[in-house]
Amino acid sequence: MRAMRTTTIYLTTAAAVLCLCTGADWPGFRGPDNRSISGEGNLPLSFDQQRDVAWKVPLPGAGPSGPIAVDGRVVVTAASGARQDRLHVLCFDAQTGQLQWERQLWATGHVVVDPFGGVAAPTPVSDGRLVFAFFSSNDLACFDLQGRLKWLRGLAHDYPTVRHDVGMASSPLVVGKTVVVQLDTPGDSFVAGIDTTTGENRWRIERPSGAIWASPTVLRGGTRGQDAVLLQRRDRLSAHEPHTGKLLWYYETPCHSIASATTCDGRVYLPSHGLHALQVNPAGGVELLWHQPRLSSGNASPLVHDNRAYTVNSAAILVCGDTADGEVLWRLRLKGPFWATPVIAGGHLFCVNHHGLVQVVELGEKGRLVGSSQIDPKILASPAVADGAIYFRSNQDLWKIARP
Amino acid sequence: MRILRNGSVVAVLTIIALPAVAEDLQPLLQTLRCVGPNGAGNRAATRAWQELAQADVRQIVTILEGLDDAGPLAANWIRTAVDAVVQSALHQGRELPAADLNRFALDRRHAPRARRLAYELLVRTNPSARQRLVPGMLDDPSLELRREAVDWCTAEAEALADADKREQAIAAYRRALAAARDLDQIRRLAACLGQLGQQVNLPRHFGFLMQWQVIGPFDNTDRKGFDKAYPPEHEIDLSASYPGKHAPVTWTAHTCKGDYGRIDFNRALVEEKSVVGYAVTRFVSEEGGEVDLRATSHNAVKIWLNGNLVQAHHVYHTGSQMDQYTSRVELKAGANTILLKVCQNEITPDWARWWDLQVRICDRNGTAILSTDQK
Repeated sequence: MRAMRTTTIYLTTAAAVLCLCTGADWPGFRGPDNRSISGEGNLPLSFDQQRDVAWKVPLPGAGPSGPIAVDGRVVVTAASGARQDRLHVLCFDAQTGQLQWERQLWATGHVVVDPFGGVAAPTPVSDGRLVFAFFSSNDLACFDLQGRLKWLRGLAHDYPTVRHDVGMASSPLVVGKTVVVQLDTPGDSFVAGIDTTTGENRWRIERPSGAIWASPTVLRGGTRGQDAVLLQRRDRLSAHEPHTGKLLWYYETPCHSIASATTCDGRVYLPSHGLHALQVNPAGGVELLWHQPRLSSGNASPLVHDNRAYTVNSAAILVCGDTADGEVLWRLRLKGPFWATPVIAGGHLFCVNHHGLVQVVELGEKGRLVGSSQIDPKILASPAVADGAIYFRSNQDLWKIARP
Repeated sequence: MRILRNGSVVAVLTIIALPAVAEDLQPLLQTLRCVGPNGAGNRAATRAWQELAQADVRQIVTILEGLDDAGPLAANWIRTAVDAVVQSALHQGRELPAADLNRFALDRRHAPRARRLAYELLVRTNPSARQRLVPGMLDDPSLELRREAVDWCTAEAEALADADKREQAIAAYRRALAAARDLDQIRRLAACLGQLGQQVNLPRHFGFLMQWQVIGPFDNTDRKGFDKAYPPEHEIDLSASYPGKHAPVTWTAHTCKGDYGRIDFNRALVEEKSVVGYAVTRFVSEEGGEVDLRATSHNAVKIWLNGNLVQAHHVYHTGSQMDQYTSRVELKAGANTILLKVCQNEITPDWARWWDLQVRICDRNGTAILSTDQK
């Protein structure tokens, strides 16, 4: 019992340290460790179009995929053409907005999607050296930061019965030398761990049918070797070894199909008819700490920061709860609807709604709306924060907002 | 001097680090063409790509030619190498070989996508090429080039209509419509012609199958009907009667309503949940041969051609767009039998009421192929 407590304390401390190490990059969907938290503290709270727009560049196509920021670059994907079958990966200089490189692919898989979304729906991900771009057509491409193609996979080519005609939107996750893609559809479904070096399968797990747009989430362990991948499906959350796909534990509950879990301090916060707080047991498995139905998520994923959990529900109400027991502390009505997951930076929550209204909420004992700015309409992409700037992506443009 | 020396060292190291530029690109292209499923060939392709991406921009047409017989995966390897070569050339302030690109774009023996890419590169370096080339592309096998030509022709028609040159406008709209293969363009052109008092036979333009015999409902409780072979899967006897979900069922004639060839089973049979319906039709082909059989449905479907299963999708009420499911099939000369099975599930929201299927026969480009008895 004592040993277990010590281990728990160690793991919790290590995880807490990792939670604080946000770094300067924003390497994938919801940033470092999929937590939507940035260490940046000097972002403009209201954007003046003349003063605070560092640059704005047009994009060649639409996409709900979010931008990522890696080593002074901003990478974004897009899809164009009458059938959205032309897939773009674009890399911009973060400082100037100048296009460094663009590569195009032709979709090898299905491009039937709900027009509300798009083929360029998954946010790309980077390990800091390579960029992995994934599309609803199940095309997965790996480039280095100079745009050199390292490998390609046409997963629809390999697994032709795996398709979802509403569109696939789950973003890939990279953990160590494995990139994880989740293809949960109303028909044949699977999750695969793919070797970042060769593009070959390390593992593949067939899954029961059931559409999931939520993304794989990393659960940091005490060491990098103890990291786990969290996967939502209609009936349970499961944790897997990134390198092998081996099932570590699972927790049965009807998971949210769009909003993804987040983690902090060795805990998992799972959207599932409200929010479930799960304590990861170092011996394997999890235990439910609390379940708060009022911390429900719409499409945006929950956030956890400074002992507070935040959700935006389908009525566009921001709800703050205490991570100790799930007690709801305050609520603040925002203007929705929301698809993008907000980000926390410098004690503020930056929420961009579908109409392009950016609402900034000061976090504290109460939530207080302190900024409101308008950018492009039709925003589904979650923003990225890096190097003193916040990046938004609409169907038309990529924006960099920063103090002058 | 020190800086210069360091710079020289960097330059030398860079030269050493970079792969040698190959004069003969064919071995590299061949390596890229050999990529296969499950990442097969990726390692060799990575090396070949790096070398190919260093090719001189004057060799761009050779790389484009490599797309002619490339599979879908290999095409993307080659296409991204084109991007890299062009990016490098433009970065160095070099011009793209416009004459070569022009020649390649116009040569219809090359792969449609490769020609479109050549055209885009050409227009990038010489924007006036667009108005020179596009009007002649109305019948182009590249659907992207054709689309641009249809837009061009539509704009001409609109200008004529605005100038009250009605007959000429109608002729121009008709030319554009005859060439159009994309749904949005066809809809727009049909609307424009409609405003000028012109009827457009959209089912004929698309090649929708409109005349059917339908039977049902059979049972699909717990969605088990999808895998259960009801009598129409064993025999097509239009005079037969079979046990249905509630009562005996028989074949009845059904003609699709509207412009888009949709069999609405809620109207053709009965609006009910957890049911299966079948539809059968005859398609007469003079000579037989390969065609596209394209289908669209909100429901779980199976499609048989002459008794052979060509499509099976056990999903309900996901997205639905025209040509959702495409099969390349072989028609036999004479009469062909197309049998559809369409399963409705149990869920009851309003958006789950759809119980339908749309089928058309066309060539690879979406050009309608009509049954001989409809011509």
